[in-house]
Amino acid sequence: MRAPGLALRSLLPFLLGLPALLALQGSLSDFWASVLITAGVNVILAVSLNVVNGFTGQFSIGHAGFMAVGAYTAAKITLAAAGWAPAGLPPRLADGAVFLLALLAGMVTAALAGLLVGMPSLRLRGDYLAIVTLGFNEIIRVIIENTAFLGRATGLSGLPRRTTFAWAWMGVIATVVMARRLLGSTHGRALLAIREDEVAAEAMGVDTTGYKVKAFVVSSAFAGLAGGLLVHLIQLCTPRTFTFVKSIEVVVMVVLGGLGSVTGSAVAAFGLTLALEGLREVQEYRMVAYSLLLIVLMLTRPTGLFGTREAWDWLPRLPWRRRPEEGA
Amino acid sequence: MTEFLQHLVNGLSVGTIYALIALGYTMVYGVLKLINFAHGDVYMVGAFSGYYIAHALGAGDRPTLPKALAVFVGSMVVCGALGAAIERFAYRPLRARPRLTALITAIGVSFLLEYGFQLPSFGLTTQPFPPGPTPRFFPQPFARVSWSLGGVELSNYDVVSFAVAFGFMLLLQLVVYRTRFGRAMRAVSFDAQVAGLMGINVNRVIAGTFVLGSVLASVAALLVAGSRPTINPLMGLMPGLKAFVAAVFGGIGNVPGAMVGGLVLGLAEEYVAGYLLSSYRDAIAFAILIVVLLVRPEGLFGRVRAEKV
Repeated sequence: MRAPGLALRSLLPFLLGLPALLALQGSLSDFWASVLITAGVNVILAVSLNVVNGFTGQFSIGHAGFMAVGAYTAAKITLAAAGWAPAGLPPRLADGAVFLLALLAGMVTAALAGLLVGMPSLRLRGDYLAIVTLGFNEIIRVIIENTAFLGRATGLSGLPRRTTFAWAWMGVIATVVMARRLLGSTHGRALLAIREDEVAAEAMGVDTTGYKVKAFVVSSAFAGLAGGLLVHLIQLCTPRTFTFVKSIEVVVMVVLGGLGSVTGSAVAAFGLTLALEGLREVQEYRMVAYSLLLIVLMLTRPTGLFGTREAWDWLPRLPWRRRPEEGA
Repeated sequence: MTEFLQHLVNGLSVGTIYALIALGYTMVYGVLKLINFAHGDVYMVGAFSGYYIAHALGAGDRPTLPKALAVFVGSMVVCGALGAAIERFAYRPLRARPRLTALITAIGVSFLLEYGFQLPSFGLTTQPFPPGPTPRFFPQPFARVSWSLGGVELSNYDVVSFAVAFGFMLLLQLVVYRTRFGRAMRAVSFDAQVAGLMGINVNRVIAGTFVLGSVLASVAALLVAGSRPTINPLMGLMPGLKAFVAAVFGGIGNVPGAMVGGLVLGLAEEYVAGYLLSSYRDAIAFAILIVVLLVRPEGLFGRVRAEKV
């Protein structure tokens, strides 16, 4: 009976979420739709970065680099398929299929980039990853700016606007379900063990490097998804969108929400996006505020808002909910 | 052959700069086991404090040797103080906490410096501070004289910068291996707790290490700003990253390793960019880092230390 239950728990959010999102989509004004899509993209970024920085206890600060890989892949595919209309298929469905394919392709290429970056740097301790990902972020930018195929510094423009509220938040659901399912699995337990004590985990037979690389690849894939969604909202794909300012923004969200808490990073990402929307006039102080926030948080409350707890830990325990094992 | 020699000259002059910055990374890593992310930005502050001091002295209009020296020493003092302040207020309170906490703080300090310097200026001083994101021109400390030796371009800036950089590296060797402070530093780097039990003031040694590293970074910044005069608040990012690669290449925590690593990295960058892929210059260091991490993660002179539980 376990397998169908698990499958149901993984699929149910999508089945319930899609009609709800589509219903909500109709009642949103253009402004709120675009704000909420941005918020959704940031939630995807924060939750996926949390898999590496929170669950595994490594520290990546180049999430925007993987975003760029996914975004350019997806953008190239939707641009190539722009005039494509198969007979017998309604155009909206064909567009949707192409977009889904583009997003998935973006996830695959971002995951490959993650493998390339993670393999050498994750064999060592966490701080190497930080500097390698920061470097990777810059290198991706240099490569894009030197490649005519990717439009050099001006980037790719004229992308179709495909990201709707429902698309973005289905991505959020996928990311959150991934993170939840991962945390409850053997893989997730291995990641937590690595975070708590790498030497002990290795002594208990956990393949530390293998699990770290897997976590990093999964996280990069979802960064690629976020990139694909973002460029089909702003209809423009330039290297300037994916500088390390973006990476640090995501790091701040994760740290503020609490390293290791899915709901924490989601809430922080959502809240920060809305706050930034309200503070558009003081854009130039944004990075200074972020860095001060990081330092002050580390000095006074390094656990962030939620620590490693989840929102549902505070819910009253329902009779049919099994108590999760202690120490999760 | 002339091209080869020209690349050699350029590579050495870039390499000595990387080496000077890498020394700061490697010494701090030695005593704290922390990658001081803000080190590249201390380098940037070095260039800017030189810029402000030079303008305050009017060194840009009538450059003289005493003025150049004043700029040099002043900027070193500013950077040393900055390094000590960063250690005291950002890293010391976190020393007993998990390493990740200190790493995040270091990233925060780095971005605070980079973007704090890009804020709109207050307008109280004649030279606007903070400088804002537009690049500024560093005043020339002395007139440039170029020689052509068999087709190889060489300027007095190259010679001075090479001599100064090597002088400081020799001085550092003396400090680390011939003084009481250096011995204390090596003891702390070997085992901070035991060093403390032996009567070494660990806090003071760590603060001293930060000051030393930051002073070297400011020297590097002034040497660069003298010959390539545009400076901006993000100028520390790439040299910082590359110097870190140099430190890892030489074996992080190892002082001679950082010097060799810096020189090798400078030469490798110059030759690869010169002969093969000029537009991917910034990617070369990254490729080297990946190869080092795959083949010999402890670096050229590094020793493998077993992790203790």
